[in-house]
Amino acid sequence: MSSFAESKRKPGSEWLKNRPRLLEGIYAGSKSALQLLYPVLKRILPARWMDGIFVWSEEVSKGYLFNCQMCGQCILHSTGMTCPMNCPKNLRNGPCGGVRQNGHCEVIPEMPCVWVQAWQRDAQMGRYGGEIQLLQPPVNRSLQNSSAWLNLLEGVDAQQPSGWSTIELE
Amino acid sequence: MENPDQHPTASEGESLGSESRLLQVLKGGHFAVTAELNAPDSADPKDVYANVLALGDVCDGINATDGSGANCHMSSVACCALMARAGYEPVLQVSCRDRNRIAIQGDLLGAAALGVRNVLCLTGDDVSAGDQPEARRVFDFDALQLLRTAQILRDQGVFLSGRKLTTAPDFFLGAAANPFVPPQDLRHLRLAKKIEAGAQFIQTQYCYDVPVFEAFMRRARDMGLHERVYMLVGVGPLRSERAAEFMRSRVPGVHIPDAVVDRLAKTPRKGKRAEGIQICVEIIEEVKQIEGVHGVHIMAYRQEETVPEIVERAGILRSRPEE
Repeated sequence: MSSFAESKRKPGSEWLKNRPRLLEGIYAGSKSALQLLYPVLKRILPARWMDGIFVWSEEVSKGYLFNCQMCGQCILHSTGMTCPMNCPKNLRNGPCGGVRQNGHCEVIPEMPCVWVQAWQRDAQMGRYGGEIQLLQPPVNRSLQNSSAWLNLLEGVDAQQPSGWSTIELE
Repeated sequence: MENPDQHPTASEGESLGSESRLLQVLKGGHFAVTAELNAPDSADPKDVYANVLALGDVCDGINATDGSGANCHMSSVACCALMARAGYEPVLQVSCRDRNRIAIQGDLLGAAALGVRNVLCLTGDDVSAGDQPEARRVFDFDALQLLRTAQILRDQGVFLSGRKLTTAPDFFLGAAANPFVPPQDLRHLRLAKKIEAGAQFIQTQYCYDVPVFEAFMRRARDMGLHERVYMLVGVGPLRSERAAEFMRSRVPGVHIPDAVVDRLAKTPRKGKRAEGIQICVEIIEEVKQIEGVHGVHIMAYRQEETVPEIVERAGILRSRPEE
């Protein structure tokens, strides 16, 4: 079972995860702050340092809060502030049909289904509530282990396969 | 013997432009019947034909499973191609468990070229449910991304990368729904999302709890979803209370209420099989009355021979054009 994200979970994050309204506020605040600061940071920090600093701080903070798997294209705010990459099937549009009657995961019986939690928390959210109904595009696996914040600020995470975008534009 | 690959049969030549027969039945307002083929553990096409024999005359579509329960069987593309060649109407099940996006798009084109028109897009049971739990799980796509990708192949005539197809496939696209597991009160929203992603028909998980299904359909109707998708309700005969126990504890996503299990337990040993069929018939009669239900999907694993009887007794048998 050691290969599962769940087994590497850091302690203490559940209390915060059950407060999605607080977390979405922190997310929105961080986003605005970073968008303001980024042009300055870009001027004073070498690219190599910037990458290292962002990746490290995301591994520590989002790792603790969400058991972040560093997919590099964060959609936490659209999934009830619950990391979808903790789902053993890696669903970005969950839950699957295998959820147990007690609301636990088909694959890891002792773990509550990530997506059941995500839908419940999404319903409590204000700013981003309801975004769980958006159809999420396939994961860009080449962004694994890169900084989701940098990808957001540079617009990298919004790039979709061109076939996917053709239908979105209609 | 004639080699069909060198001498394409008439049906293959025509198949490229023809519309799904399952779609035609549903469009015609008929109550559709689909059933699940038991994909053989064999390299002999005769084993596919033997399993499909009981289903052909009473069904509008026959699903070929894609490694159901994460157990290896003959591939669903191969089963579908053999069925199409023999004049049956196959439904290709595609799961995201075993193949990445490159393999899946290639298989979809290949299946279309072999005469497959109906595609059921699934997430797939996890590898841990099967007899080779040490296998790598892929899940490059999820079911909704798979649906949308199939839709892009069909409507835009391009791969996900944007590269153009010479000829686009003509698919009737389906998805699964499981109204019987948590979060039950939100499952209709997932149905809406699947329709948004391209689902034209739905085949549900086994329905043994009609009130739960009715509540799901009520919420779906409130959103107008029943007018945007063809809903086929999953049903199947239970052999005994032991089979029911096995299914609800070991097969992912199957919910069977205690009342059903008790009813089988109280039936004398010799009558259990008939009672299982009777329960299945009753459920079909009940769901048929629900607004927005367009058919049933009969999953009679290793009991294919019971399907004609179930169809006849549930009063949904109708004459089908000779194939």
